[in-house]
Amino acid sequence: MPLSRREFLRVTAAGLGPGTALGSLAGLGASLTPATARAQQLRIKDAKATPSVCPYCAVGCATIVHTVGNEIVNIEGDLRSPHNQGTLCPKGAAIYQLHKNPNRATKVLHRKPGATKWDEVELDWAMDRVAELVKKTRDETFVERLENGRLANQTTAILAVGGATLDNEWNHLQQKLLRGLGIVGIENQARI
Amino acid sequence: MEQSDCIVFEGSNMAECHPVAFRWPMRAKVEHGAKLIHVDPRFTRTSAMCDIYAPIRAGGDIGFLGGLINYVINNERWNTNSFFREYLLNYTNAAVIIREDFKGTEELDGVFSGLMKYSGGAPEWPYDGFLGAYQTDSWQYARHGEEQGQPRGGEENAAPGRSTAQRPVRPDEPLDEVIRSLRKPVPLRDDTLRNPRCVFQLLKRHFSRYTPEMVEQVTGCPQATFTKVAETILENSGRDRTTSFAYAVAWTQHTNGPQVIGCCALLQLLLGNIGRPGGGIMALRGHASIQGSTDVPTLYHSIHGYMPAPSALKAHQSLREYLATEGTATSYWANMPKFLVSYFKSMYGSAATPENQFGYDWHPKISGDHSHMPMFVAMADGRVKGMLCIGQNPATSLNAGLERKGMRQLEWLVVKDNFLIETATFWNRAPEVESGDVKPEDIKTEVFFFPSAQVAEIDGSFTNTQRMLQWHFKAADPPGQCRSDPWFTHQLALRLKRLYADSALPRDEGFKKLTWDFDPDDPSKESIPGEPDLKKVLREINGYYTGDPTRHLAGFDELKDDGSTTCASWIYCGVYPAADRNLAARREPDPPGVPGAELNWGWAWPANRRVLYNRASADPQGRPWSERKKWVWWDGKQWTGYDVPDFSLTKAPSAPGNPKGIGLDAFSGRQPFIMIPDGTGWLFNSSGLLDGPFPTHYEPAESPVRNALYRQQSSPVLKYWKHDGNPLASVGDPRFPYVITTYRLTEHYLSGVMSRWNPWLAELMPELFIELSPELAAEKGIRNTDWVRISSPRAHIRAKALVTRRMRPFRLGGKIVHQVGMPWHWGWEGVVTGDVTNTLTAMVGDPNVSIHEGKAFVCNVEKA
Amino acid sequence: MPEPMGFYTDTTVCIGCKACEVACKEWNQLPATGGGRHEMSGDSYDNTQRLDGIHWRHVKFVEQFSEDRNDGRWLMMSDVCKHCVRAPCLEVCPTGAIIRTEFDTVVIQSDACNGCRLCIAACPFGVIDINPASDTAQKCTLCYDRLQVGMEPACSQACPTDSIRFGTIRELKQQAETRVRQLHQLGERRARLYGADQKFLGGLNSFYLLVDEPETYGLPRSPRMPTRNLLPSALLSTAGAVVIALLGLVGLRKRLMDDRAEPREDADV
Repeated sequence: MPLSRREFLRVTAAGLGPGTALGSLAGLGASLTPATARAQQLRIKDAKATPSVCPYCAVGCATIVHTVGNEIVNIEGDLRSPHNQGTLCPKGAAIYQLHKNPNRATKVLHRKPGATKWDEVELDWAMDRVAELVKKTRDETFVERLENGRLANQTTAILAVGGATLDNEWNHLQQKLLRGLGIVGIENQARI
Repeated sequence: MEQSDCIVFEGSNMAECHPVAFRWPMRAKVEHGAKLIHVDPRFTRTSAMCDIYAPIRAGGDIGFLGGLINYVINNERWNTNSFFREYLLNYTNAAVIIREDFKGTEELDGVFSGLMKYSGGAPEWPYDGFLGAYQTDSWQYARHGEEQGQPRGGEENAAPGRSTAQRPVRPDEPLDEVIRSLRKPVPLRDDTLRNPRCVFQLLKRHFSRYTPEMVEQVTGCPQATFTKVAETILENSGRDRTTSFAYAVAWTQHTNGPQVIGCCALLQLLLGNIGRPGGGIMALRGHASIQGSTDVPTLYHSIHGYMPAPSALKAHQSLREYLATEGTATSYWANMPKFLVSYFKSMYGSAATPENQFGYDWHPKISGDHSHMPMFVAMADGRVKGMLCIGQNPATSLNAGLERKGMRQLEWLVVKDNFLIETATFWNRAPEVESGDVKPEDIKTEVFFFPSAQVAEIDGSFTNTQRMLQWHFKAADPPGQCRSDPWFTHQLALRLKRLYADSALPRDEGFKKLTWDFDPDDPSKESIPGEPDLKKVLREINGYYTGDPTRHLAGFDELKDDGSTTCASWIYCGVYPAADRNLAARREPDPPGVPGAELNWGWAWPANRRVLYNRASADPQGRPWSERKKWVWWDGKQWTGYDVPDFSLTKAPSAPGNPKGIGLDAFSGRQPFIMIPDGTGWLFNSSGLLDGPFPTHYEPAESPVRNALYRQQSSPVLKYWKHDGNPLASVGDPRFPYVITTYRLTEHYLSGVMSRWNPWLAELMPELFIELSPELAAEKGIRNTDWVRISSPRAHIRAKALVTRRMRPFRLGGKIVHQVGMPWHWGWEGVVTGDVTNTLTAMVGDPNVSIHEGKAFVCNVEKA
Repeated sequence: MPEPMGFYTDTTVCIGCKACEVACKEWNQLPATGGGRHEMSGDSYDNTQRLDGIHWRHVKFVEQFSEDRNDGRWLMMSDVCKHCVRAPCLEVCPTGAIIRTEFDTVVIQSDACNGCRLCIAACPFGVIDINPASDTAQKCTLCYDRLQVGMEPACSQACPTDSIRFGTIRELKQQAETRVRQLHQLGERRARLYGADQKFLGGLNSFYLLVDEPETYGLPRSPRMPTRNLLPSALLSTAGAVVIALLGLVGLRKRLMDDRAEPREDADV
């Protein structure tokens, strides 16, 4: 069983260390001098281990993120977790590539109405512009009372979607801001 | 699940979609011989691991489960074994008498009493989609001292509520008085279960036509296979054995999804498998924090902790009226005033006072169905001007062509994601743009794309499918201009606060009063400027004493309705009980070999309980049902066990309920279901569901066959949004003769945003495909890997054929019905690309929760 | 000296999730075919098709269904280097790049490999191939680097259902024999072990529990050394190979250092 197997391994390993004499065919001599093969380099040597959680499905597999400085060098299952016990599915095993991926977008883009291409813009400018647009739409469409006189204090002209893959803390901030503004179109993937 | 003796996967392809959780069923199988059963239209990687595979065509689940219910209640062992009777009488509402004017599907050929034309809704918001609606008075319990036939409110808790208050309120009435006044007389019962109006007799009659022959006709599952499933479940239920069910979105994505789940709950209550180790119904949810985003609701219909969103359509015009409408005097929900007031304190802080109803008027009131589908239909009508899309990809979502048409009407769109996803490029790279039907120049939407930080680049918590919160720590800074999602919302809020700071308009007052205190105490310590302090956010969710934010609330027992506590989410109260104790961050497993519930790993709501309603794991006298199935029990002084007891800790099993009592005081020591108004598991749902007190088989909105059970073809109260681009096929439409279902693969995730850009995953499943049987392929002249054209009444797409005997034709009645299936992970962006399967789906949904029917509709298939 | 260690793969609990394939790639930083751009094979759910220089784990899918569907099963198996006790690859390697470790596993030291391809031809299981990112022959190392610090190999640690088990060969054989007995008792008479005894190649340090003939899974019934007379010459050439290897080291090292500057999958995407 995995726990006992892993425990056993740790015990076995305790007596070993890098540089232990090589194995049963040592008789072959010089060719077995431990040349530093790529596969023999421990990528997480001296790395910092940070507890994390898999961002894919809702099983909540615990992971360990290894970093050297600000660089993520490895992400694997957390052996201590009672739920996944160090295991992961292929997506969980690929979390590294969500972070370290040459296809990853790292720039803020803006497309003007009717434009045929993107412009790269400053983060601050884009944030200011989004805030202006939210305010404009809210102010133009806000309904204090329905036609029948019932209190509403809302707008249906803004929709916010997303959240099921994101943190509780973001969900709280998002729904608080939107409800605070009177925006009622708040949805995430739990519905679909 | 490791403790289960039998596990039924239905509506779930667990091995493929939750592979790591599948570790536990496999362990139950290998280590103690648990029986695994898969009920599904396709033979999948889950089926391959199971002892029994029962094929059913998509849309047949209630037919199958209803058949199991009928089989169980007519089974000899079930009728003679004392366990089932004891559980049923004590822990369910089987003995309760229902009003005489209730009529069921047997009398009314597939519908219940109270069916009307839908007449609700606000004229300003004609997007509710209802075809019909039920008046539910006749579904109620008959009660002592009440005249039959007099209209009164339902039994509901926080599920879709009634529209009228249960009684008028006075403006200065104490909030707990409002709740106390809702106390109802005790329902009439017949503990012999012989009264023809008792729930058990009604149930027996309702399911009497769900015979094995009918199961075969409705689902296509051979009778012998069905019987084997029924016998296996029965053998593995009882005092000493438990069966569990696992489902996922293949149960929810129907026009009667909640009824499918309810049908399973009904079966599991009959079998005594609720609240017990190795029993239950596992909802296998599909996103890392989809549970969290339901609890902490970025959903229109609900505010924190499953309280209904205040609505302009209901009697919700004041705080007290809301309580008089949504409140219930019995069950833990009697504490709703404390939950609600503490929530308003978290919104408006010191501006929320008893005098202004804690800011109740400022809070927006919904005006109908503002869920995903109606919002996109309204968008296509030009009624939605702006959209914030953060971690979702609607350009590939339901009836995707219609959603993109909606997006083209937007004035502005903000997309924030890890990659430049389809939603961000709907204006220049969508199929209708590539084909020249739409020109980017004609799309007047201003579009923003913000790159996101990823999980290892941010602090925060996810809530998993078992309601467990786990904190993840930031390990590295994100690259370039990538920012966390909390950063975005926090920065947007700060900017809007500044923009509204000088407004004197009454309608802006609420936003000005909204508290927003998430800046870190020492911003210089943040490597990313402007990042909020996420522990402050968690503190607001958990709650604290209003006068002293450093004094966190340790649990929801501490909540008050006078404004002295602030707590956004009563169900999360206790996760962060002290400034130095973030229990979501705990990572201490139980010592090996000791039975336990891993209570020191993360934190589960409510109150760190792992099995809900676990009082039912003991018999009415408080003893474990058996040594083998021991979980929580009465030790003579208090409830104890491996888990946190989900019950009043010192209420003895023999304690009587107080007939005038409020909250849990109303319940005896034998009523385990403490969140339900009568403390029992419901076989009959007087309220909470809009489409009937008993689950009933209806055909999907699109089906090649007539309903074999009733004249009523599909749900009389389903939601359908009539719109150009959203046509439905009529029953048996020869142009669309095949049943299609859509699904996920292990190798991909959702619309592919988190997988198709990832080379390691992309190479495992590079291209969109359609799975079809060799029989259908031969009929259509299609060979393996040929290009195939798939069409529905909404659209047509292309995919490669995967011809496999894992798919099979079904015989429904006398008719052969072919079933095909397609994953939906593809789109036009990414390392690997393909057509958008969701383009085929329709905007048609369930009346309770507005979830679409993506799991069963019709199509045609031709060689491309 | 540690005991011989290896893998026991119980194919009856493999769910074909391919976590092993990806965990292997993550740990060993192997690229995807064509940077992930690739065609669907049409062979069930198997799109990577084989073991090679960048696929050190591979999951096979075998669909067995009668026409009426009364009988049906979907077999899945995660395949890997067998770490043969008498390993043909090791024995033919002219440079001595292929070594047997203290764990009795077989490892190709990339920087001593001259890409001569002899091992590729020698392997009776088709395990080895050239990794285009390094231009050397590569295969599963049984995570030698992890083993050396007491960590389990990436693939078996990731395996959600414990289909891939790692441990001492002695313990694994006991587990495997118990499981075969259990399956026989449950009526699965076809259950048998492959490579657990010494019938071929001195035994496999990665052995399998199968429920059909080896050929069904693409495994040779009786794998053997390719040509017996190849071996002596290979042994004779060892001394020369050391020199070649040492000469090669300078250049190789340089290249490896350059590669290391950026993540390896970048090279191919």
